[in-house]
Amino acid sequence: MSWFTDLYQSAVGKKAVMAVTGIILFGFVLGHMIGNLKLYEPGTYCAYLDASGTCASKPLPYLDAYGAFLRQVGAPALPASGALWIVRVVLLVAVILHMWAAWQVTRLSQAARPSGYVNQPKRHTSYASRTMRWGGIIILLFVIYHLLDFTTGTLNPGFQEGAVRRNMLASFSVWYVALFYIVAQVALGFHLYHGLWSLFQSLGWNSPRFNRWRSTFAHAFAWIITIGNISFPLAVWTGLVR
Amino acid sequence: MNLTLHVWRQKSPADEGRMVRYEVTGVTEHASFLEMLDILNEQLIQKGEEPVAFEHDCREGICGSCGFMINGEAHGPLPHTTVCQLHMRHFKDGDVLHLEPWRSKAFPVVKDLVVDRGAFDRIIQSGGFVSVATGSAPEANLIPVPKALSDRAFDAAACIACGACVAQCPNSAAQLFTSAKVSHLNLLPQGQPERYDRALSMVEAMEKEGFGACSNYAECEAVCPKGISIDFIAKMNRDYLKAKSTAVPKPPLEA
Ligand code: HEM
Ligand code: FES
Repeated sequence: MSWFTDLYQSAVGKKAVMAVTGIILFGFVLGHMIGNLKLYEPGTYCAYLDASGTCASKPLPYLDAYGAFLRQVGAPALPASGALWIVRVVLLVAVILHMWAAWQVTRLSQAARPSGYVNQPKRHTSYASRTMRWGGIIILLFVIYHLLDFTTGTLNPGFQEGAVRRNMLASFSVWYVALFYIVAQVALGFHLYHGLWSLFQSLGWNSPRFNRWRSTFAHAFAWIITIGNISFPLAVWTGLVR
Repeated sequence: MNLTLHVWRQKSPADEGRMVRYEVTGVTEHASFLEMLDILNEQLIQKGEEPVAFEHDCREGICGSCGFMINGEAHGPLPHTTVCQLHMRHFKDGDVLHLEPWRSKAFPVVKDLVVDRGAFDRIIQSGGFVSVATGSAPEANLIPVPKALSDRAFDAAACIACGACVAQCPNSAAQLFTSAKVSHLNLLPQGQPERYDRALSMVEAMEKEGFGACSNYAECEAVCPKGISIDFIAKMNRDYLKAKSTAVPKPPLEA
């Protein structure tokens, strides 16, 4: 552990930690978005067909079946929801490290300019890069709401454990909830756009051969994730999915 | 041309400092920005007032002494240009210009527009030279250096340590300067023996001076009078992270 604490002492090390935890969170957000595309799969899924080919279990909407799969994956090698909990712990550690480092480098930078400019400096860089800190806070608030909405069900109008599709429709039918989700996804999109480019710099992954692909990569995935995620509340809200 | 200037006046490091308004008259468009300040200072001296202090030496854009903020931009509006090479033809009669010193905890204001950039010297000292006696200069062609590498090393070595990168950076970070200094030695074959130690000690020296943390805004690259690329920041990060995780600490040198 000492190499880690030693590395973390430095601001360059803190940014490397932010980059690595950012990659983990990015992987999650991408997988999460792709998983939710099951909302659009028509019909129902049957877990057990009997010998004659008729469904012997309760047919589930694809999204619910996917949710059940996430709880079962790894069984019987792992206990029930085992893999799910491993992922949750990794994500929680990543989020805490990411925010802790963000907080520390922000404080460091504020301390580095105790008396500011009278005439505010011109800014040459992207909106995305300038909003990393506030964007991060919006994402954090969103994640808390999101967990209370779909994981615990506390804030969901009509929550049923395991009825993923139904819960989603219930939540997004309320126009201001749908709007809040959309705003938060735009914030995430900006955060990802700068973050996905920035991590290459922070980890020193640059070479003349692929440098120009770094911002293409950041643009592409920021758009893919944002469009995907925004489509869910929009589809419910506009009645395309019911 | 006639101009209105709002200039930061600060008598000493302990003085609070304030912006003071001046009207400067009869400036030719062929004057450099520093020559325009010379004209202002002449006019101030005529009136029995204290001239504005600013740093300068070569006035050729190569020494790195000059530099301050002009309307919120380090070295003013023209890309790849120090204030000593910035000419008044890039401004208009009647312009209102705000001049401020670099602002960073690591660059304390000495007087008016002059700041103490000693922090940069200490970063260079921490790793900018080789620590063994090398005797007389070797034969230049003894160590072949690939053209592409020597070009990149030269691009890094173009840094004149003026401090514009720190001044413009919202984090007041010194990554562009330090990475240029690390890279111009770390790219060359001659710099390899001390490559990882250099990355470690220069980054540590940089952080000890109280500069902020890099957020990869690239503001520095936009204002750098020498057009130093933020690619060097990535390179420095790579050398530093590699040094931290794999390099064996070197034994102390014999006295
Ligand atoms: C889904 C969640 C998130 C993802 C995928 C994510 C991803 C990233 C990535 C990849 C970076 C770039 C790291 C680098 O420059 O090396 C980054 C930077 C940053 N993140 Fe996040 N992040 C997430 C959530 C958050 C949250 C909740 C905060 C909280 C406050 C936050 C605050 C920041 C800040 C401030 C930076 C910029 C660091 C700097 O300017 O030095 N992020 N993020
Ligand atoms: S005075 Fe030497 S660079 Fe401007």
